[in-house]
Order: sequence, then structure tokens, then C-alpha cells
Amino acid sequence: MTAGPAAADGGGDHGPDHDAYSNLRRFVTIWCRAIYSVTATSMTRGEFEAHLIPQAAVLREALRAERFDPRPAVGVGAALVDAHCTDPEALPSILGVIDAYLVLYCSPGDDLPADQARIRCSRLQHAVAVGFSQALRERTLAEQESLSRAALGAQAEAERALAASEAKFRAVFEGAAVGIGIADMDGNVVEINQAAARMFGGEAHIRRRNVRDWVHPENDPAIRGLNGELMRGERDGYHIEKAYMRADGSVLWANLQVTLLAEAAGPPQYQLALLEDITERRGLLQRLRHQATHDALTGLPNRALFFERLDQALDPDGTVTRIGLCYLDLDGFKTVNDSLGHAVGDRLLVDVAERLRECLTSPDQLVARIGGDEFVALYTDPPGLTAVTDLATRILDALARPVTLDGRDLRVHGSIGIVYGPVGSRGAADVLRSADITMYRAKELGGNRYEVADPDADARAITRHGLTNRLPEALERGEFFVEYQPLIGLENGAVLGAEALVRWGHPVHGVLGPDQFIPLAESTGQIVPLGRWVLEQAARQARTWQSEHPGAGRPPRVNVNLSPIQLHHRDLVAEVAGVLDETGLPPGSLCLEVTESALIGADEDALKPLRRIADLGVAIALDDFGTGYSNLSSLRWLPVSVLKLDRAFTRGMRRHPADPVDLKIVEGIVSLAHSLDLTVTVEGVETRAQAEHLRALGCDHGQGWYYARPGPPEALHRLSLADAG
Amino acid sequence: MTDRPSWAPQGIDLTVPSVSRVYDYFLGGSHNFEVDREAARVALKAFPGIPKIGQANRAVMRRAVQFAVDRGIRQFLDIGSGIPTFGNVHEVAQAAAPGARVMYVDNDPVAVAHSKAVLADNPDAAIAAADLRDPRSILEHPETRRLLDLDQPIALMLVAVVHFLPDADRPAEIIATLRDALAPGSVMVITHATLLGPTPQAQRGVQEAYQRTTTPLLMRTAAELEPFFDGFDLVEPGIVPLPHWRPDSPVTEDDDTAALHGLAGVGLKA
Repeated sequence: MTAGPAAADGGGDHGPDHDAYSNLRRFVTIWCRAIYSVTATSMTRGEFEAHLIPQAAVLREALRAERFDPRPAVGVGAALVDAHCTDPEALPSILGVIDAYLVLYCSPGDDLPADQARIRCSRLQHAVAVGFSQALRERTLAEQESLSRAALGAQAEAERALAASEAKFRAVFEGAAVGIGIADMDGNVVEINQAAARMFGGEAHIRRRNVRDWVHPENDPAIRGLNGELMRGERDGYHIEKAYMRADGSVLWANLQVTLLAEAAGPPQYQLALLEDITERRGLLQRLRHQATHDALTGLPNRALFFERLDQALDPDGTVTRIGLCYLDLDGFKTVNDSLGHAVGDRLLVDVAERLRECLTSPDQLVARIGGDEFVALYTDPPGLTAVTDLATRILDALARPVTLDGRDLRVHGSIGIVYGPVGSRGAADVLRSADITMYRAKELGGNRYEVADPDADARAITRHGLTNRLPEALERGEFFVEYQPLIGLENGAVLGAEALVRWGHPVHGVLGPDQFIPLAESTGQIVPLGRWVLEQAARQARTWQSEHPGAGRPPRVNVNLSPIQLHHRDLVAEVAGVLDETGLPPGSLCLEVTESALIGADEDALKPLRRIADLGVAIALDDFGTGYSNLSSLRWLPVSVLKLDRAFTRGMRRHPADPVDLKIVEGIVSLAHSLDLTVTVEGVETRAQAEHLRALGCDHGQGWYYARPGPPEALHRLSLADAG
Repeated sequence: MTDRPSWAPQGIDLTVPSVSRVYDYFLGGSHNFEVDREAARVALKAFPGIPKIGQANRAVMRRAVQFAVDRGIRQFLDIGSGIPTFGNVHEVAQAAAPGARVMYVDNDPVAVAHSKAVLADNPDAAIAAADLRDPRSILEHPETRRLLDLDQPIALMLVAVVHFLPDADRPAEIIATLRDALAPGSVMVITHATLLGPTPQAQRGVQEAYQRTTTPLLMRTAAELEPFFDGFDLVEPGIVPLPHWRPDSPVTEDDDTAALHGLAGVGLKA
């Protein structure tokens, strides 16, 4: 700013007032430029300048006054603060302009000596500073107060809202049916709701306790680690069933879910536990499980529990390395039951069960009732075989004393089969079967004793007991099935039908062939129901084939073996007729095979049923022909239409050149058969050479591996389709 | 409150700086606590020109209110209004058009409480505690419904607030929700921080300073602001630095260049 008063006043045309006003405006312009940038005003520059004019006028009047009074300048400082010149840098700027320009532009001139003007200017600056400071302080205090009020008000508002939400939450918390507990990160219980207090049998019992104090012997030690993992942040929560001690010492079973609570951001500060009382449910489950796993009569573990434990013990991944097992069957119990009645029998069993329980000497021994009078003791990890035989001895000794019931002394003994050995590849059923077989051995040796299982003895006993006893059950359980071996017309290779061959899908021994169980079935009479079943199956199957292949040449027929025992069964004829009737199979499609030996020496009475079956139109085949010493002339009057040549005759024809003697014999038989109007079927055809020889010799039908092995009914279906193609 | 459990969350945390109180400090006010001043000092150290932006922002807001009043608008919705100090929308609007109604919205409980005190005697102005991120709660607030007739044009003021919304908050969708509630003839005012000029480092310092508040600050360019005006016709001179939006007097070199770090734009809903 170079313009001085001389220049400013140099206009000449203007009056003194006008000059004074323009000088004031110049001062204000300079003042505004210095202050505007340090104000926070929202006024425009022009507005701000206009705002400064009255303030500058106040200063000018004070400077020019006859009697100097600086006090009005105090108001100038305050007005500047009101105009938001609140920046600390504003004051030096405000005062600096006053100091440098006020006297210059606003001095009354010669009326006031320069030194006096300087002094007045300084005092005016002091007054402006005082006013500025006071106003700024007042303003600051007022704003701080209003802000604090606002903060308090906001806080109160927030508290009210929080209290309202808290009240709602509290109601939920207190009214919840599940137990809720909150503990700090050290495990100290901070809060619990009423439901939790009820569960624990009193608030005092859980308040101000530490969650780590709650140990209960029923709990798996592994769950103790869970809380540590939670606290270390290794998991977000956990969910377990846990036992607690109630205030009265009883057990509380809880379904427990624990999670961590954290504020919006930051580390977790509390742990929240939700508890559901499952004590009753668990008790009920345990009762149900006990009922499901214990014998109602004796209270001993039942078959299910025994197998569960045995499976556990035999688990190769388990902790058990060896087992001992005593299979006990009471000798003479059946007699008691039959002669004295079930009530007495039951009481006897209860008494025996009690004695058996007393024979156990350590927790690794378990005794179970697995059948009517069958008990089993399981010994996990016995120290040796002696320990197991000692247990068996204790059992036999316990049974040695007679049982007194209603003043009557009842004697029962036991036979015990022992299995002892390492846990390995054997399954539970296998182990039990072995024990069962061994027990029978003990029984056969006179009973009231134990025997220890060995594999050779097992094998010998299988046929006699294992299979024989299981036959009826196996039939009921559908363990039998039928395979079919095709019968081929040698002339053209067509599939004429099949022979039904029964198999036993034994759950332990696998698939057994007829020779392994038919003799047993015959010896027990089981052959009758079994044979009936096979007949039904085969007839139904043949009927199915026929309905699947209508009109394609001769309808397929089926051959079924008839045991000599069946032959003598009085219902045989009615059964055959019944099956044909039931299945709708034409009689001509059924062929019953009877062994040559069954007919040797049969008188007319014995043959009558067979004759009547033949009369129905059913073909009868003489099976295994040539193995006995048959009276060839008897062929003339037997009700037979087919000869089945034993495989012995065809062995010599397996390859070229064939045994000429065999060829001659077969040729002769065929010739004889044909002259009697019998067809000839050959069994055991295994090679092409045989097949060619037999066809050349005039045999009618062949059967054997060369054509097809026995297989499921669908296999014949495929073969016959291939043949048709 | 003694029976309140110790684990219940606090309502207000005065130990965290508040954007509105920091802004007040920039404007030379004393409506702030030490924690706010500390945050403000950090930002000032990085970029001493901030108060100028604040000042320019206030000035442009004033001019925009005048613009709206000149168009006959008598209703204002100011979201993110902060601590009411001086030169507020209601002062400017009611000075220009007595009886103009002003609805303030802020999410800072202290600013809301303060505004309530300031507006206690003003029947035509009110404050609602709500958040821009939930625009429906603003539109459906009982005070908004009482004070504003949304069937008539209003001026929607988004002054120095959108830059607190990260893209993840979908600011364009929020603004569109508000827009859809406005009657034709309404105007929308947006001012926003931007990265202009020579000191990106300083700007980063400001951003970092705001990271310490509950609301971080985002810089956007004029092009990035344009989508916010979807459905509006931008009035002249478009989106420009704060001092350049319809200045009262020609912009001079005396004006602090710091103010160029703010952008302003006004849109007119067709």
C-alpha cells in the first residue's frame, strides 16, 4: 500500500466528509484483506467488508474523540469474534492493520499530535484485544457448554434407548426356557437366568463360581480341553452333552452350547452358555436302552448287547488284543421246562443268571443271556487261557449245587464251549459259531464240562451240528436259492430247458452245494419242506420262461430232483399236482429226476406215487443211470421216460480218440433206451469232443460245463436268446 | 443405570473423534472435545488448507440454498448436517424466504442433541437421528413426514457427506432411492472432497486422519460424481471446484487454492 493520506486527500473536488469516508473505506479494505482469509465466516468478501465498516468507524471515532476513551474498542473485538474471526491467527492480523493504518487513514490531522495519536492507537489495540479475548472466551465457554449439554442429552437418549432394549432383552433372558449363563474369559460366572438357576437347583450354587470348577465324573475328560480351545480362539464355540453336579448333589445332564461374546470390534470378553436340561430325556433313553439291551427275565445283558460288546472287542482298531468266550448251554433244562412248566423253568433261569453273575470277578467280564437256556461270558483281554478256563470252571461249579424251587431240588448242568485267542480277522458270528460247535462237543462228551475250540474239531462238527440245526431256520430266512443248468438238444444245440439245482447261501460258510447239505436234510426230514420249496421255485421259473418266450419251439421245461425220502412222503402226489395247478405250468414241462438207487428194489406200492405223477403227464427221469446195478429189464415197467446217463460213461470221450469201450457201452444203452421209447440225457459234457461223440452215438440231450454252468435263471434266458439268434 | 449388566454395549463413545465435531473445529468452533481436536490437528498437519475447504463448502451451500429459494423451493432436506454453528441452511433459507422448512438429518447423536437445542424454538426446522446409508429411514421418519411435503419440490442437500460413503455402501443406489422420492422440480446439491492439485501426499494424510474417526473419507473425481446425478439435469456450471460454483464475485487469486479440493454440483429433477 503506497497511497498515503496526501494522495488519498488529493482529490480536491470532494468535501471533507466524503474524504473521511473514503479513507475509512480504504482502511476497511486493507483490514478485510488481512482478516478475511483467517475468518471462518460464510459471508462473501463484500459482505464481510461491509460488516467491518461500522467497527472501523467505532475505532475512528475513538481515535478522534476530544476526550479519549478506548472502551468502545472493546466492542469491536467482540464484534469480530461474532463474525467468526476466531482463528488465533486472526488477532495479530486485526491488530497489525490497526497499528499500521488506523492513524494513517483515520487521524483527525493536526488536531492531534502524532505522538498522541500513536498512544491512542496502541490503547485502542489493547481494548480491541481485550474485547476479542473476552468474547472468544465467552463464546468458547458457551459452545463447550452447549456441546456438553448436547453430549449429555445424547448420552441420556442413548441410555434410555438402551434401557428400553435392555428391558426387552432382560425379559427374554429371564423368561427363556433354556438356561443362559454368561461368564468372563477367566470362567467366572457373571450372569445366569432363572431357568439356569432352576436347573442347578439354586442360584447360589452357580453364581460367582468358575465354570472350570464344574467337574463331574460322568464327563469325558476330553471335553475339558474344549473350553481351553475356545479361550485360545482355536474354535468359535462348542456343543456337547455335559453332566453337572446340582446343589443337592444329583446329576444334571445338559445339552450345552458355548460361544464367545465380543463387542462390535475387539477381542471376545465373555462366554455365553446355553443349557438345555436333558436329564430326564437322557434317563428315559437310558432306561429304553437298558430295556433294549437287557433280558427282561434275568436282567442280564441280552443278545444285542453281547454282540455289541463282542463287536467292539473284535474291532481290529480297538484297544482289545485278545478275548475269551464261554458259551454255556444248560443240560437238562428242556426236561425241567417240559415236566414242570415254564414258570418253574423261568425261575430256574433267574437263579442260574444270578449264579452266573457271581462268577464274574472283574469288570472286563460280562455275562449275557443270548437264548432260551444259552448264556455266554465274554472276557476281554484275559491274562491267558487259564483265566478263561477258570471262569468256565467257576460257572460249572456254580451250577453243581442243585437249585431249590418249591422244596424241590432241581439239577442242571452246563456244557461250555470256550473260544480263546487274539483279536484278528474273525467276526463276531464266526467266533460265536466256533463256541457253539465247541459247546456241542462238550455236550457229546457227556456234558457238565467245558471244551476249548480248535479249528479241526470245528470243521468236523460243522456238518453235524451247525448245518443240520440251522436248516429249518435257513429255509425260513430264505437262505436257499435255485440255480439252473441248461439242457441242450444234441441234434441242433437248442436249449430245451434246465435242471434246477438248489444252493444254500450260508451266512458264514458262503454258498454250499447240494451234496453238502442234502444228505443232512434227508437225515432230519428237512428234505421234505426243502424239496417242496425247490419244486415250487422251479415250476414258477419255468412258467416265467414260457410266458417270456411264447411260441418259440417247444416251451422250456425244468428238471427237479426228487429225494428218495420225498418219494416215500405220502403227500408227494398232491403236492406236485398242487404246484402244477398253482403255477400253471403244463405237466409236460416238468421232469422229476429220481436216482436209480431209489428205485432199486422198489415194489409196486412204492412205485405207485411215481406212476400217478407220470399219469399227470409229468416226465420221470432215472438219474445217475449206470451207477447202480440196475436190472435193465426193470426199465420196461418203471414209470420212466428219460435216462440220465452218469458222467462216468462220458469221461472216456473227453478227447479224440475216445475210449472205444465207453463208446460201445453208451451206444448200447442208447440203443436199448430208444427201443424202450426212452430219451437219453448225458450229464457232465465238458468238451466239444464229448459233445460230438455223444451226438454221433445218438444221445438226445446233453448237460454240462461245455454248454453252460449252473447259473441264475436270467442266464438261461440269455443262452436261449443267443441260441434263437 | 447401576443395574445394567457390565457387559452391555455403550451408547455413545466420546473417546472416538466425530466427523461433525472435527468439522466444527475446522470452522473455528469450540463444539468439540480434545479427541476431535487431536484428530483435526493431525489432518491439519497433513493439509493445512482444510479450514478453507470447510469455509468454501459453507459458502457454496449458502449459494445453492439461495439458488433453490430463487426457484421457489421452500423445503430443504439437509442430510449430514453436523453441529449447527452458523450459516446453517435454515438461517440462510429462512432469511431468504421466511417460513421455509428445513429438515436436518445426522447420525451423530451428539450433533443431533445439539441441533435439537438450537432448533428448539424454530417451528419450521427439525432434526432426525438417521443414517444416509438407510435412506428409507430418513424418508419415512415421522419428523420428515411432518415437516416436508414430498409431493412438492424440495432441495436435497448432501453437503460434504457423500465422501464418507465407500463404494461398498453403494452411494449411487442410496441417492437413487432419495431421488425417486422427490417431486419434479426438486434440486439436489452435492459437495464432495476430491483429489486435485499438487499434494496427493497431503490428501492421503487427510484420508488417514479420517480413518481414525468412525467415518473414513473418500476422494472422488468429478467424473465419479456424475452417476450420482442420474435422473437429474446438472445446472450450470456442472460439477466444479467449490469456489467456481456460481460465485458471488469473480474468483480472485487471493482465494485460497485449498478450496479447489472440494467439488460442488447441483442437479434439477425433471
